[in-house]
Amino acid sequence: MASRRAADAADPVEQRELLSTGDVARTIARIAHQIIEKTALDTGSSDVVLLGIPTRGAPLARRLAAKISEFSGVTVPTGALDITLYRDDLRKRPNRPLEPTDLPVSGIDDALVVLVDDVLFSGRTVRAALDALRDQGRPRAVQLAVLVDRGHRELPIRADYVGKNIPTSRSEDVAVQLAESDGQDRVVLRRGKEA
Amino acid sequence: MRHLLSTEGLDAATATSVLDTADTLKQTLLGREVKKLPTLRGRTVVTLFYENSTRTRVSFEVAGKWMSADVINVSASSSSVGKGESLRDTALTLAAAGADCVIIRHPASGAAHRLAGWLDGVGSQVVNAGDGMHEHPTQALLDAATLRERLGELAGRRIAIVGDLLHSRVARSNVHLLRTLGAEVVLVAPPTLVPTGAEQWGAEVRHELDPELPKLDAVMVLRVQAERMHGGFFPSAREYSIAYGLNQARLDKLPEHAVVLHPGPMLRGMEIAPAVADSPRAAITQQVSNGVHVRMAVLYHLLAGEELGA
Repeated sequence: MASRRAADAADPVEQRELLSTGDVARTIARIAHQIIEKTALDTGSSDVVLLGIPTRGAPLARRLAAKISEFSGVTVPTGALDITLYRDDLRKRPNRPLEPTDLPVSGIDDALVVLVDDVLFSGRTVRAALDALRDQGRPRAVQLAVLVDRGHRELPIRADYVGKNIPTSRSEDVAVQLAESDGQDRVVLRRGKEA
Repeated sequence: MRHLLSTEGLDAATATSVLDTADTLKQTLLGREVKKLPTLRGRTVVTLFYENSTRTRVSFEVAGKWMSADVINVSASSSSVGKGESLRDTALTLAAAGADCVIIRHPASGAAHRLAGWLDGVGSQVVNAGDGMHEHPTQALLDAATLRERLGELAGRRIAIVGDLLHSRVARSNVHLLRTLGAEVVLVAPPTLVPTGAEQWGAEVRHELDPELPKLDAVMVLRVQAERMHGGFFPSAREYSIAYGLNQARLDKLPEHAVVLHPGPMLRGMEIAPAVADSPRAAITQQVSNGVHVRMAVLYHLLAGEELGA
């Protein structure tokens, strides 16, 4: 996905930092607080599972789970849900390698699943994730948490938790970089590239 | 990948990527009640079999269906081939009817390559499911997937392929792939069943099995291909069995971790003793189940990516 490309140091394309390392950490902490509040997680009345969408959604889900545990003392089952096999644009892109799907042993039946991704763009990834989820079980409800919402939705999908709304043009590219895959945490906006 | 015709020339990166995809697919489907993915919805896969086969055809059919492709089985005996239609016309008919991929098994070596040449122009893809004595690439890939599961990385492992090398497409495909993945291969067979030029495949050739056993990480036992033999390759089945059959005594000489493979169908009691075939060291049923995941991976690599210029 174009919006997930890591920035290349040698890339001559103009880029602007939208979130610094500190901003990313604060944003994740804020989303963790919002999840605790909205799901009443600390009252023991809900059964929350965090599922990250690879590549960058998976480490984000793990970080959110760590923050939730730190703030509320509740350990939230966390996993990864690869949606590649459910995409509707497989014939339009070069072949992409599959990432592992790794669901918590407790499963997702009757759970409140929070899907976690780095960027919300057209909404097609989330649609594919909903299909993938349906094949894995029947959650009680599904919510969506994203670090960045850049707009340009092509489907009627909206996130429950948004780290930062960033209005973009289609020719711009939002690149989320995380320490786990890119060596540092930050979000940059790159101009002049067809997204 | 445009077609999958042989493992000769298949580079390590592509082969590893197919094996990794197969692993991920296996994990994805593990424990799921509904083993169906929407990935190839709307794509049509035809199996065109000019030779009888149970496991390969069923394996491809299951793989296609689990990926939601429409799978159509054509067997030569029940099609226009019986009326004398040529392979080219049959293939072009299938492509014109909308086949995105033709999986072919044919008794003539090179048939899959010819087919790929004809179908290149119309955008259909070809998978070789065994052509004569030439190659059977998906069998080699599923063998490699099974060996990776049992042994970990294949680089530096020593693997023996034992039996009828002369008539075996499985042996040829395996030698190429295992060597590409960094394994050492030793071919063991009576001199009459070693094809001319086998030394140039990059594998050692031996005629005695027993001295090799303690050094091996895996043994692949081949079927004695009675239907391709025209007599005189060895004196008797009993003599073959004594010299090359994998029996319990030979199994005991293998290192503790060594794995036994067989592409099937097995001639129990001749090339492999029943006790060996059923022992936990044999990975024969694991090969069959890996076969489905490997073929799903191959279909994914061929059919899921960007549409190639048709």
